[in-house]
Amino acid sequence: MNNILTPGKLFSTTEKRLTEFFSMIGGLSNFSIRFLKEVFLPPYEIEQIRKHMIELGMKTLPIVGVTGFIIGLVIAMQLSPVLKRFGAEAFLPGSVGISIVRELGPVICALIFAGRVSSGIGAELGSMRVTEQIDAMEVSGVNPFRYLVVTRIFATTFILPILTVYVIFISLIGAYIAVVLVQNMTWAYYLDRVIFAVEFGDAIPGVSKTFVFGFIVGLVGSYKGYTAENGTEGVGKASTSAVVVSSLLILIFDMVLVKLTLWIWPTVK
Amino acid sequence: MDLANGEVMVEIKDLYKSFNGNTVLDGVSFNVTEAENMIVFGRSGTGKSVLLKCMIRLMEPDAGSVFIQGKDVLKLDLKELNDLRKDIGFLFQGAALYDSMSVRENLEFPLIRNFDLDRKEIDERVHFVLEAVSLLEAIDKMPSELSGGMKKRIGLARSIITKPKLMLYDEPTTGLDPITSKEISALITDLQHALKMTSIVVTHDLLCAKIIADRAIILDGGKIVKEGSINDLTTSNDPLLKNFFSDEIIETNGSLK
Repeated sequence: MNNILTPGKLFSTTEKRLTEFFSMIGGLSNFSIRFLKEVFLPPYEIEQIRKHMIELGMKTLPIVGVTGFIIGLVIAMQLSPVLKRFGAEAFLPGSVGISIVRELGPVICALIFAGRVSSGIGAELGSMRVTEQIDAMEVSGVNPFRYLVVTRIFATTFILPILTVYVIFISLIGAYIAVVLVQNMTWAYYLDRVIFAVEFGDAIPGVSKTFVFGFIVGLVGSYKGYTAENGTEGVGKASTSAVVVSSLLILIFDMVLVKLTLWIWPTVK
Repeated sequence: MDLANGEVMVEIKDLYKSFNGNTVLDGVSFNVTEAENMIVFGRSGTGKSVLLKCMIRLMEPDAGSVFIQGKDVLKLDLKELNDLRKDIGFLFQGAALYDSMSVRENLEFPLIRNFDLDRKEIDERVHFVLEAVSLLEAIDKMPSELSGGMKKRIGLARSIITKPKLMLYDEPTTGLDPITSKEISALITDLQHALKMTSIVVTHDLLCAKIIADRAIILDGGKIVKEGSINDLTTSNDPLLKNFFSDEIIETNGSLK
């Protein structure tokens, strides 16, 4: 009887969820403002940033590489018969190149990165929070926000664009393998066609937006972990919701950034 | 306040703290003098840990004031607060060792971050505190390789490595077997005497309190219900205290058996 969803219960649940959602948006905004305030203040944790960049980069390198390769391969395999239907097979390298450089490379890389890194940061900081390690740091006169959060957000912001360039390159190799299965084409010619098709207005904004995606991954993971509560259950929730929220925000910001970059660098002159 | 004569180290006045309408600290006031071992005694959930955390602003109290070394803690800015915290050691209930760092790195962390010491002096201090807690052999171990008692000892070593003037202990013997619990309590007392620190120990462990305490206060329902020496309190005919300690003694003896 208690499980029956009445309009009252539905309203109450919706109200609770909306409150939680807006409270999280407020929390993330405050966290961003605090980050921007503290990132310019000494001491600059260069060693920690370097450590996190290497750690997060190395941790994600294999999975984004494999994913990028498969995506490139599949996109080329999918596009090939479609272009053939319109007698436009010659455009295959260019089409694949533009798809990968403009959208698929950056977004797929960011989503995989979010899944791997945001959850990791959420779990790590969440665990530190519930076992009072963050309190211990604060008591010993160290600013835990700067030491734990600023360094991680900084690292994710700058490592994701590097990973994206790597993913784009690997995806293009994957696409080339799919192309040579149906067409007789040398690597040099394929690359020449890709470079011919991909313009400045495709490459730079595609990679540039991953700075924002990297910031989102670090911000959400750190926020969820840093504010975790209720013991190990809270750590699990922090880790899971970090992935969900950061993935969603990546897609929302992608929408905005695509519109923005098309306005700054229009593709049709 | 009598800090000028070197007597009062901590002064708490009318401290209030509540969570979602549930009052946890209800006008707590007490003083701790220099080199004194004060026990804050009470059952679980009576606000003992909250009191400690409010004292060093890990939590912000709703009202009241806290003076440590004559400084109004609640009015300090972040820099002043961090400077004051360098003179305070805190042993957390679960030791709160940094998981990603070895024992050596855990101990070095507060020194490297806060003090301008050369490598030789850092190594000397690390060895000194590890010898003090009899765990020199654990120097290169990770926290995950340590037992609960060892973690508490390393936590204690990390707290005293900065040579604090005031030590705060949050349930130092919780979760330990009675023998290790006695050892930790004795170690705390030895260190207190050796380093001449003032200490406030929050506990519900009567055995620990008996070993450590110079003076004790009993917290119940967010208020201080009694203050005095442990002997006075445990032998008191006050019905509340009799009831309180009879339960505690059963708990302690039960765990010893």
